[in-house]
Amino acid sequence: MVQSPAPQDPSSLRSLQRVLKSLSAYRWLAIGALASSLLLTAAYALTPQLFRWGIDQGIAQQNLQVVLLSAGWMVVAAIARGLFNFGQSFWAEAASQGVAYDLRNKIFSKIQNLSFSYHDQSQTSQLLTRVTSDIEQIRTFLSTSLMQVISAVVTLVSIAVILLIMNWELALITLTVIPMSAWLMVRFLRKTGHLFRLVQEQLGDLNAVLQENLFGVRVVKAFVRESAETERYTRLNHVLVDTNMATIRSIRNTFPFMFLLSNLVTVVVVGYGGAAVIADRFSIGQLVAFNSYLLLILQPILLIGFAAPAIAQAAASADRVYEVVDAEIEIRDRPNAVPFLTCGGRITFENVCFRYPGAATQALKNISFETKPKELIAILGMTGSGKSTIMNLIPRFYDVTSGAVRIDGRDVRDFTLHSLRSHIGIVFQETTLFSGSLRENIAYAKPDAPLEDVIEVAKMAQIHDFIASLPEGYETHVGERGVGLSGGQKQRVAIARTLLTDYSILILDDSTSAVDAKTAAQIHAALDDLMRQKTCTAFVIAQRISTVKNADRILLVDKGRLVAQGTHEQLMETSPLYGVILESQVKAQDKPPIAAQDAAQNMTLAAQPKEQR
Amino acid sequence: MRGASPVVASDQKAGQQLSTLQRFFQYFRPYRKEIPIALLLVATGAATQSIGPFLIGWAIDNLIVPGNLPGLMLMLVGLVLIYLLGVWAIRGQILRVGGIVQRTLAQLRQDIFTKIQSLPVSFFDRSEAGDLMSRLLNDVNTVNQAFGLTIAQMLGNLFSLVGIIIAMFSINLQLGLLSNLAVPLMIFTTGLFSRWARARFRVTRETIGELSTKLEEGITSVREAQAFNRVQMNIEEFDLVNAANRDANVQAVAITAAFLPSIDFLNTLATAAVLAYGGYLAITGAATIGVVTSFLIYVQLFFRPIQILSQFYTQAQSALAGLERIFFLLDEPSQLNDAPNAFEMPPMQGEVKFEQVSFGYTPNQLVLRNVNLAAKPGQMIALVGPTGAGKSTIINLILRFYDATSGAVKIDGIDVRDVTQASLRRQMGIVLQDNILFGGTVAENIAFGVPNASQADIEAAAQLANVHEFIRSLPQGYATQLGERGAPLSQGQRQLVSIARAVLINPRILILDEATSSIDTRTETLVQEAIGRLLKGRTSFVIAHRLSTVTQADQVLVIQQGQIVERGKHDELIAEGGVYANLYALQLGDPAPSAV
Repeated sequence: MVQSPAPQDPSSLRSLQRVLKSLSAYRWLAIGALASSLLLTAAYALTPQLFRWGIDQGIAQQNLQVVLLSAGWMVVAAIARGLFNFGQSFWAEAASQGVAYDLRNKIFSKIQNLSFSYHDQSQTSQLLTRVTSDIEQIRTFLSTSLMQVISAVVTLVSIAVILLIMNWELALITLTVIPMSAWLMVRFLRKTGHLFRLVQEQLGDLNAVLQENLFGVRVVKAFVRESAETERYTRLNHVLVDTNMATIRSIRNTFPFMFLLSNLVTVVVVGYGGAAVIADRFSIGQLVAFNSYLLLILQPILLIGFAAPAIAQAAASADRVYEVVDAEIEIRDRPNAVPFLTCGGRITFENVCFRYPGAATQALKNISFETKPKELIAILGMTGSGKSTIMNLIPRFYDVTSGAVRIDGRDVRDFTLHSLRSHIGIVFQETTLFSGSLRENIAYAKPDAPLEDVIEVAKMAQIHDFIASLPEGYETHVGERGVGLSGGQKQRVAIARTLLTDYSILILDDSTSAVDAKTAAQIHAALDDLMRQKTCTAFVIAQRISTVKNADRILLVDKGRLVAQGTHEQLMETSPLYGVILESQVKAQDKPPIAAQDAAQNMTLAAQPKEQR
Repeated sequence: MRGASPVVASDQKAGQQLSTLQRFFQYFRPYRKEIPIALLLVATGAATQSIGPFLIGWAIDNLIVPGNLPGLMLMLVGLVLIYLLGVWAIRGQILRVGGIVQRTLAQLRQDIFTKIQSLPVSFFDRSEAGDLMSRLLNDVNTVNQAFGLTIAQMLGNLFSLVGIIIAMFSINLQLGLLSNLAVPLMIFTTGLFSRWARARFRVTRETIGELSTKLEEGITSVREAQAFNRVQMNIEEFDLVNAANRDANVQAVAITAAFLPSIDFLNTLATAAVLAYGGYLAITGAATIGVVTSFLIYVQLFFRPIQILSQFYTQAQSALAGLERIFFLLDEPSQLNDAPNAFEMPPMQGEVKFEQVSFGYTPNQLVLRNVNLAAKPGQMIALVGPTGAGKSTIINLILRFYDATSGAVKIDGIDVRDVTQASLRRQMGIVLQDNILFGGTVAENIAFGVPNASQADIEAAAQLANVHEFIRSLPQGYATQLGERGAPLSQGQRQLVSIARAVLINPRILILDEATSSIDTRTETLVQEAIGRLLKGRTSFVIAHRLSTVTQADQVLVIQQGQIVERGKHDELIAEGGVYANLYALQLGDPAPSAV
């Protein structure tokens, strides 16, 4: 669970300060909220004085006019309180929503710009938590805890002052309740803070078992584990009850005594004050008003007590949020970067070495090669040999550790990122589609591309016929709530998406692996034509021998090194590794699992296009 | 949700809520001796807290004004005793009520879990079940929250409210009526605000949904965004939903921020009325100052319990809705029971027969029609066909997850319905696509079917499943704790562990659903090898996705629309040139290997 660090943790404190500083963009809202809160406290503090006036000057003096006047003023005070109360919560919320909005925009645009190496090392769920619950934690701190603490402190101080003015002796007795209940509260939080966390954790464990048994119901039944699983759940369930009872015992040892304290103070006030009234040193109205203030004392102490852990959590959240906001974007334009205008097709790798951040060994070692214009290069190697890594260096998804990648003799790091990447069309190994229509997905890079263009690339990617067969055609929704596409269909949409860009260098990273062989061959045939017209250079990472055989040159990569290059025939003769890999790929053909699924999906989709898997 | 018309629905809803509540109360029956004591403590605690102002007001009139100091002191001593009694009662109440509630909720959770264990597998395959399940965790949490730690506080508030009202009316009927005038107004206002708030909060929830969708997409597709130069556009799109969410929240808060002041205003109106009318009564001599004073304190005390109870009301509403779904689940019929005279399945040879088997979730919608098949001991049967054709149903019938609608499934000539389910399943093993693993160590996961297996047995199974070396390479080896869904193992490794799990129970019949997700090539080879060893000498039914599987199978059954349309060996079926040959050419054929 979330570990709430000690509030004295300096970096958390600094982050909290930063949060407070970010309020300055909404300073008028914040000031409005603060002013309302102070006025509200004043209005609350004044109300018992109206009682006193009404009783002492009105009822006791038999003056009905004063009684009615004091009642009238009470209504006025209530209206004022209402306005201040509304102002306080509304402006505080508006300011906190503003800060949250800014933070979310900041962190999102940071996430969008952070380099691949950052994303390799971070988890989606963790980033999500930071943008959602961590920022919400910060926001609640601003809108609730902060206001609560400020107004609680102000209330305590102003009540103390008023009581001292009314009767300092009585006030001193009364105010002893503050340190005493504060002590009880601190003791409670110290003891129970970890119990509350423990309850959350144990509830999480319990729910995890429930979830496992929901998802794994077949396994549980097939392995005849029903009673064992029930035992496991029962055990955890009992543990949770025990922890809950420990919490309850802790509550039992705190709050009744806090109530007792405040009640005892009332007794003392009535006794001491009553004696003073009898001795004529104090009026009844004063006694009643004094008593009313006592009702107001306990609340702020409770509020501060409950706000404390929330503030510690907000500080920890702020730490996590700023960690992302402050993360360094490793790959950015150099100060004098130039736009990449035309591509001649000569891509050079010069002694390129590359090591992933945090990795112990180099992923690429001294890779050197040069492409000729209009060349089709195939890259072949075992899983993890570094094929994709080589490709990722060209659009500068990563920068080389040493050596250089050049296009037409110029280092890729000299170009502006935007212009460089707009010249490179890449289809990733793993396909991500977006929730939206197929048309929107294909037109991802060019949202206003006309439908004819979309259809044209869809045809080249061999996905047009499928899309046309859907009842809603190109407007069919895919993604989370849309039609489920098979792996091969997704890959073909991804290819179409890339083909629609203004690429001059094309990179296909194993992007027909899930497409059945026949269709893959058709795609590559279409691409072959295209390549000769539009592309200056193309790279293909592929598993299928048929694809590789068409290439002008094959680069053979093994354990991060370029071990051989040449045409299929040349490599067959010279490279034993080439033979080994070919053989393993033939074996791999033995398992076209996704292709099979793809075809099966095609069959069922025709009958029921909404089917989801 | 259930297509009733809204008018009828609201009426039904009230009735439903009542019966749900009644049923929830049943859960408290084991504590029927403890509950009166607990309630007595709650009432005592509340009484001690609300008697104070009453006594103080009385003291002002009868002791302070006449100047009776010893009497005042005596009364205060009495008050201290009352407060001490209050501490005792409240402490007792917290423990008793808390204990009852915690044990009741634990029982409810236990019942849910036990029910899930006893539900037939077919329940989980129904579509509305998925919906129910996805909400279950949430529902259990809502019920926990609503009735957990706060219930004692709520009861206390309820009692003090009653106590305060009684005290008010007994002191002065007219003033009592006057101060209670505000109550219906407060209830009305609460209802009004909660209606407005609901509408606004619906908008907020929608915008939050859009925000998180955009967010998740933005994070998962960051590589595409950069490759396609979409970063700026994504940021702008995010800004739009982000701003919409902010605005919706601020608008919703305008409602909630106005709620408490409105209630406070009504409360003060009552206070002012009491002061004015009470003052008039006091001046005319119809009431004493003490009466007016205690009234003023009571009216102020009045406000908090109402506010707290109205907040609890909203929480209780959603908890009731959750309870309703929970009870709906608990009312589902339990799984197929063992026949009354069911006997233990004798050690299996592994012969499986389907005799004219039909199956449907409802009798007029058959998903399997008149299936006949016979597997001899040790044979491997490959099931081939499109999604939804009925392959999984066949497997579910062998495991007796389902019972045949007509016809019979026989193992070694014994109808599966004649034996106990435990003895039947104990002799079968399954390896499924999604490889569900459970929380616990790797060793415990492998020993899932044989909890008392020795470490040596576990390691032997792991060795056979090609996963021993990998497990040993983990820092904690076999004692490595697995997290949610088998983290940190990769998909391939999870599959190997699930093979080891099946190996360890040494089944006579093996059910295998081949994985369709891509596993990296090296693990894939390990998986293939391990499966090869696992199948050896056992009758097996394999939902096939691999060419190697279908070519090695003793029988390939081609299933389409709930029927076996072709059967035979791979080569025979290819030669036949029928459905299978077509399927094979379309899905599995690749001319490339032969070209090398």
